[in-house]
Amino acid sequence: MKKKGAEILVDALVREGVDILFGFPGGQAIPIFDALYDEKRINVVLVRHEQAAAHAADGYARATGKVGVCLATSGPGATNLVTGIANAHLDSIPMVAITGQVATPYLGTDAFQEADMVGISRPITKHNFLVKDVRELPAILKQAFYIARTGRPGPVLVDLPSDVSRAVLDDYEYPAEITMRSYRPTVVGHARQIEKAAELIKTAHKPLVYAGGGVITSGAHAELFEFVTKLNAPVTLTLMGLGAFPGEHPLFVGMPGMHGSKAANLAFQEADLIISVGARFDDRVTGHVGSFAPKAKIIHLDIDPTTISKIVRVDIPVVGDAKNILTALNKAVSPRGASEWNEQIEKMKNGALFTYKNSEKVIKPQYVIERLYQLTKEKDVLIATEVGQHQMWTAQYYRFARPRTFLTSGGLGTMGFGLPAAMGASLGAAKKDVVNVAGDGSIQMNIQELATIAINRIPVKIVILNNEYLGMVRQWQEMFWNKRYSSTCLRGGMLCGECTGPGHCKMTYVPDFVKLAESYGIPGFRAVKPAEVDATLAKGLETDGPALMEFAVAPEENVFPMVPAGKPLDQVMEEL
Amino acid sequence: MNTRTISVLVENHSGTLSRISGLFASRGYNISSLTVGETEDPSISRMTIVVEGDEAIIEQVVKQLNKLIDVIKVIDFEGLPVIEREFILVRVDSGKSSRHEIVELADLFGAKVAYVGATSITFELSAPYDIINNFIDLIKPYGVKELIRTGKVAMAQTRK
Repeated sequence: MKKKGAEILVDALVREGVDILFGFPGGQAIPIFDALYDEKRINVVLVRHEQAAAHAADGYARATGKVGVCLATSGPGATNLVTGIANAHLDSIPMVAITGQVATPYLGTDAFQEADMVGISRPITKHNFLVKDVRELPAILKQAFYIARTGRPGPVLVDLPSDVSRAVLDDYEYPAEITMRSYRPTVVGHARQIEKAAELIKTAHKPLVYAGGGVITSGAHAELFEFVTKLNAPVTLTLMGLGAFPGEHPLFVGMPGMHGSKAANLAFQEADLIISVGARFDDRVTGHVGSFAPKAKIIHLDIDPTTISKIVRVDIPVVGDAKNILTALNKAVSPRGASEWNEQIEKMKNGALFTYKNSEKVIKPQYVIERLYQLTKEKDVLIATEVGQHQMWTAQYYRFARPRTFLTSGGLGTMGFGLPAAMGASLGAAKKDVVNVAGDGSIQMNIQELATIAINRIPVKIVILNNEYLGMVRQWQEMFWNKRYSSTCLRGGMLCGECTGPGHCKMTYVPDFVKLAESYGIPGFRAVKPAEVDATLAKGLETDGPALMEFAVAPEENVFPMVPAGKPLDQVMEEL
Repeated sequence: MNTRTISVLVENHSGTLSRISGLFASRGYNISSLTVGETEDPSISRMTIVVEGDEAIIEQVVKQLNKLIDVIKVIDFEGLPVIEREFILVRVDSGKSSRHEIVELADLFGAKVAYVGATSITFELSAPYDIINNFIDLIKPYGVKELIRTGKVAMAQTRK
């Protein structure tokens, strides 16, 4: 079949099952947008900034498990995708990013809007391609989707020069199958390793299951549930793993690490066996590596061999897909009854996993999350967050019950992720309600997407916990930098001279989020007293379409518990 | 510092070398030498990399290289019988008094004279890595004006 490069791209997208694409046009991408103009099977969502296109594709992928696709022009359009691509890379999210590029004769000449995207994106993609000849395009696109979605998923960038988009291929055919001699991810766990793992599990007295995002990627939540309940073992879930096991289940001990539950952290320190499933011993989880889990042997199940023994020495590694390995392990292990270890864990949990002091005068941010949880837990909603204190409070107090219901930037910690990710997730999940929990700092990083949300009537419910600070940095300044609040006050910044605290500040807070939402035609609601929280949440959640809810919360509330960076997990601070 | 010789078979695409060197740079691994060239199959290039690092670092290097999409195979030569060679060109000062001595020394190593100038002699030598180092150490006192090393290439004695 005779087709132009841009038409080949569109045909490939349809064949790969792409129904939504997030993009922003520009000179070198016009041929691609032109080819999309008549393609009714792909909903092209015009964002207001390319970064949002990448995050929206990411949110779409997290909610659906499918490959998210974003499209930008060359140069600045492409470089604006970079943060979003890096974010997807660190959280192993399947994504194909397509960038326009200057025509091949201009490559390397510092042409207008030229940026070396293959060079720039090399360390933040799973793989990337520069298409120099339209004859290579079909196979490259097939490989791009294959690489993005298989093995440990990740973003793949395809850089498409405009002359290749316009070039005609006479005998176009999209490859039906793909095999790559240089890329063959291991899916099936090694039988002998699984046997060894099962043997070690049998002899353990204090097992702890430590599960991460890999369980969600693999769709192994049912197998994880069977494994955990069969072993009657406590289970901790990383930030990326929340939702992989029911948050209200008695065996769940909460998230581990820096802002994890005391129970999860003490369980690591006391366990004699850690079974890690699709988690990577991130520094925010382990604290001081030398003191991490001193009494435990470690079984590590992961699809990516590089994660094994990268941070901590592993006794029994099993490389493969979590679902495959857990299925085999579930057959090999025998049920374990309740033991002293279970009692010890109950003592560590001490009732609630996370606690705070509520107030009748001022809205506590944790209270808003607790109420949000109570008001939405029976409903089919997704929760997204930005990055910072509000993100940690959401991870602590929203007790996620199902996988793919929590969309958060784990590895890269990208402020500005939540709003576009929520809109991508909602569109991917047939316009499901998505609540984006945000701080007043983070929300402003991609606030331009209110336009995309309003125009497409995407039911994103924005919850802003407004503490008038860049709260997480302020917390560190309070705890470790002698309360020198350098550049963290969003009311006055550094301009007001003597700071006497937000309550006495003469500066006016900008923006007025409610008015801002209204200027986009999005209803806005505000709560300033604890008694108003429920009604404000109800108004926003019951609005048909998008809504914004702003909560004036206690400005200097801190996230606890906290294990300071680089400290052992048993040095938990529970208050100042 | 421990060194380890590994061989990496890669797709012969443009940009593959930058993926390999970028991996070493961004993860902080040290390369002592790297050579690259086509193999018997022109679609495959072969790199010989001498890496510095302890056992844990080498293990990560091998895994990270394997993870790169363009890498077909990584061969760690540790414990395997290998043929290894490096090639050098070295230009040495040769006053009238020392010329004879230098040539004699080079001869002991099997180095060939590549060029004779008025005040210098250039030798070429292909030999195992340790012998090359040995030759350079001994020739240094005569005044090495210029030295070029290709870096090591290595091949298993028999194909597995």
